[in-house]
Amino acid sequence: MPVKTYRDALRSAMAEEMERDESVVLLGEDIGIYGGTHLVTNGLIDQFGSRRVIDTPIAENGFTGAAIGMAMAGLKPIVEMMTWNFSFQAVDQIIQNAAKLHYFSGGQVHVPLVIRGPNGGGVQLSAQHTHSLEGFYGHFPGLKVVSPATPEDVKGMMLAAIRDPDPVIFLEAGALYGTKGEVPDGDYTVEFGKARIAREGNDVSLVSYGRQVNLLLRVADKLAEDNIEAEVIDLRSIRPFDAETLVSSVRKTHRAVVVQEQWRWFSVASEVAAILQEQAFDDLDAPVERVSGAEVPAPYARNLEIAAFPSEQQIIDAVRRVLYR
Amino acid sequence: MATVIMPKMGDAMEEGTLLKWLKNPGDEIAVGDPIAEIETDKVTLELESDEAGFLTNTLVEEGAVVPIGTPVATIGAESEVGQGAPAAAEAPTAEAPAQEEAPAAEAAPVQEEPAPVAATAPAAESATGAPQVANRQPGERLRASPLVKRLAAEHGIDLSVVAGSGPGGRIIKNDINDFITGAKPIPQAAAQEAPATPAANGQQPAAAPSAATPKGNLVELSRIRRTTGARMSESKRDIPHYYVTSEVDLTAGLEFRKQINAALESEGVKVSVNDLIVKAAGLALREHPAVNSSFVNDQLYEHDNIDINIAISLQGGLIAPFVPGADGKSLGSIARITKDLGERARNGGLTPDEYQGGTFTISNLGMFDVDEFIAVINPPQAAILAVGSARQTPVVRDGEIVIGNIMKLTVSADHRVLDGAAVAGFLQSVRKYLENPMLLAVS
Repeated sequence: MPVKTYRDALRSAMAEEMERDESVVLLGEDIGIYGGTHLVTNGLIDQFGSRRVIDTPIAENGFTGAAIGMAMAGLKPIVEMMTWNFSFQAVDQIIQNAAKLHYFSGGQVHVPLVIRGPNGGGVQLSAQHTHSLEGFYGHFPGLKVVSPATPEDVKGMMLAAIRDPDPVIFLEAGALYGTKGEVPDGDYTVEFGKARIAREGNDVSLVSYGRQVNLLLRVADKLAEDNIEAEVIDLRSIRPFDAETLVSSVRKTHRAVVVQEQWRWFSVASEVAAILQEQAFDDLDAPVERVSGAEVPAPYARNLEIAAFPSEQQIIDAVRRVLYR
Repeated sequence: MATVIMPKMGDAMEEGTLLKWLKNPGDEIAVGDPIAEIETDKVTLELESDEAGFLTNTLVEEGAVVPIGTPVATIGAESEVGQGAPAAAEAPTAEAPAQEEAPAAEAAPVQEEPAPVAATAPAAESATGAPQVANRQPGERLRASPLVKRLAAEHGIDLSVVAGSGPGGRIIKNDINDFITGAKPIPQAAAQEAPATPAANGQQPAAAPSAATPKGNLVELSRIRRTTGARMSESKRDIPHYYVTSEVDLTAGLEFRKQINAALESEGVKVSVNDLIVKAAGLALREHPAVNSSFVNDQLYEHDNIDINIAISLQGGLIAPFVPGADGKSLGSIARITKDLGERARNGGLTPDEYQGGTFTISNLGMFDVDEFIAVINPPQAAILAVGSARQTPVVRDGEIVIGNIMKLTVSADHRVLDGAAVAGFLQSVRKYLENPMLLAVS
C-alpha cells in the first residue's frame, strides 16, 4: 500500500470525489491560488478551476451561509475553516441553520455540507487560536462530528463525509498533516460511528481520538516496557458514537483512561466516563480517569503550552492509578 | 482531665464510627459544643461535649469504629493539651457515665474488636497478588470496585473477610484473583473460626483439620447462614454459658388459650402457645431485670425496655425479630405482632431495626415434638429461653395422679452477668404466669 501524508490523503479524497461527482465544490479563505494555509488544497484550483475551488472573503459567517444554501440546492460543498477557531464567526449558521434545516423542513431538506479544518492546538497559536471544539459541536443534535487520526482514516472518512446527506464537522489537526501512513488507492469509506482498536491489550483501555491517538500509542509502548498491555481505542467519531467497541474493550480490561486536549468540564471524556459507568459499571475495577487540557486559556509560551496539554507522564500516572500500582 | 466516650445512642447500638473530628486538640470547648461527628448503624449525629475546657487529646482516628463506652477524647486544662491520655482509672472525674468501672486496660481506644479472622498479614502489601485477609472493623463500610462485587457474587466470595489494597481499603480485582483462579481457597467468614466438627460424622474429633476436601455436595452458605454462624461461634466462644431447666404444667394455659381464641375469633386473631410464653417471659423479666440485660465490652447494661426476640427458622438460617415492650402488650397485640413478624421474616420484608436489638430471646421448638433443648445465647444479651413441646404426662396433684401438659423450659445464661439463683428465680416467675394464666391477662 502506498505511504502518504495525512495532508495528501485528505487532498486525494477530495480530488477523487470531485472527479467522480461534479456537485462537490470547495470554499474557503486562500484555498485556491495560495493552495490553502496548510496546503491541503494545494493544486486543486489548477485541476478543477475557480468555479469549483472558490476563494472566499474573510467572512466565515457569509461563506458558510452560502455553502449551506448551495447544499440545500443540491451541491456538496466542502468548506475549509483556516482553523476551527474561526468557526465561532459562523457558529450561528452552523447550529441554527445547517444542523436544523432537516428537522425544520420535516425531513424534506438535507444539508450535505462538510466543514473541515485544523482543530486544537500545540503549535503556539495562543489562546484565541487554540480551541478543541469536538465537545462543543458534539453537543448539537443534527451535526455529525468526526476526528480522524490516521492518513488511511482521513481519506476514508472524508469520502464518507462528502457522501453523507447531513452536515459533518470534520476535525483535523495541524500536527497531523505531516504524519505518514499507508493509504489504500481508490474509493473506500470509513463508516461513522465505528471506533478503531489502534492497539490491542488486556490491562487498561486508553481512549481518545484525533492526534491524541498517536500520543496514546507512544504511551502504550512505554507501558509495555513495564508489562502493562494497554488497549488503545481511537473513537474516530464523536457523534455518532460507538459505545459498543468502547464498552466491550472495558469489559475486557476493567479500566479506562480517557485522554483529550480539550478542557475537562462537559467534554468528550466526561461523556465517555458517563457511558462507561452506565453500560460497564459492573466491569469497572477503578474509577474512569480523565486526562485533559489545563483549565486555562491556551498559553502562548512553549513551555507553558506543553504543560497545558496532556503529557505522556500524566497518562502513565493515570494508568498507574487505575491499575493501583 | 475528663474523658469523652462513644455514647450509646439507641438500644441496638453496640459500636459507633467516629466520622470526623470537629475540634482539634488545643481548641477551646464550651459545654454543648459539637466536638465530633459520629455515626451509629442508623444515623449520623454530633457528639456534644458535657465539659468545658480544652480538647486535650483525641484518642481514636477518624473513620475508626469503636464499641460504645470507648474513650474517644479527653478534655482538660489548656496546660494538659497534648499530654498522654489518662489511664481510665484516674478518669472518674464526674461525668463519663459508663466509665466508672472500666479497668485501666480499657483506656486505649479499643481497636481490636473480634475481627472475623485473625489478621495474619498486613493488609497494605498491594499488588503482590497474594490475597490478604481482612482486618476490617465490624460495621466498617466495605469498599470494593463494582467488578469485584460482581465477581464475588459469581464465585461466592465473602468480601467481608478480604482485605482491600486500593485507596481507602477498596477491594480491587487483584485482591481476589487467587480466589477466582483457585490458587487460594475462598475464605469464609464463619468457617475460619468454626470449631472442629465433633465426632458425629466419624471424623477424628478435634484433629488437625485435614486439607483433603470432604466428600459431598458443596453448599454455598447464604449470607444469613454466615452471619448466624459467626455470631453463634462468637457467642459460644466468648460467653460462659450455663443452663437451668424447669418444668411447667401448661394445662391451665392451654385451656385459657382456648377461651381467648374463642373470644378473639371474630377479630381473626389467634394467640399461640408461644405468644403466652412471650407475655409470661416479659412479665417475669420485669420482676428479674438482671436477666433483661446485655454485656457489651466488659460492661453490663440493664435495659429499661423489654424487647423479646423470637428466633425464626428460615430456609437459609435464623433471624430473630423482636416484640418491643412485650411485657406491656396484650396477648392479642403480641399475637398480631408475632404473626406479622413471622410472615415478613419469611417473605424478606423485615427492616434491620426490627431484628437488630432486642433484650431477651425465646427459641421455641415446641411445634417439632422435642422434649427439651438448650439454645446458644444471642449476644450481647445475657440469656435465652429454649422451649420444648408440651406433652401429656401423668403428674401428681393433691396426692392424685392426673394428666398434666408438661413443657420443659431451659434458660441458657451468661455467667459473667447472672448467677444460677437469678435464673432460677426468673424461671419460677415464668412458671407462675403460665400456670396461672389469668395473670397474663391482667398484668
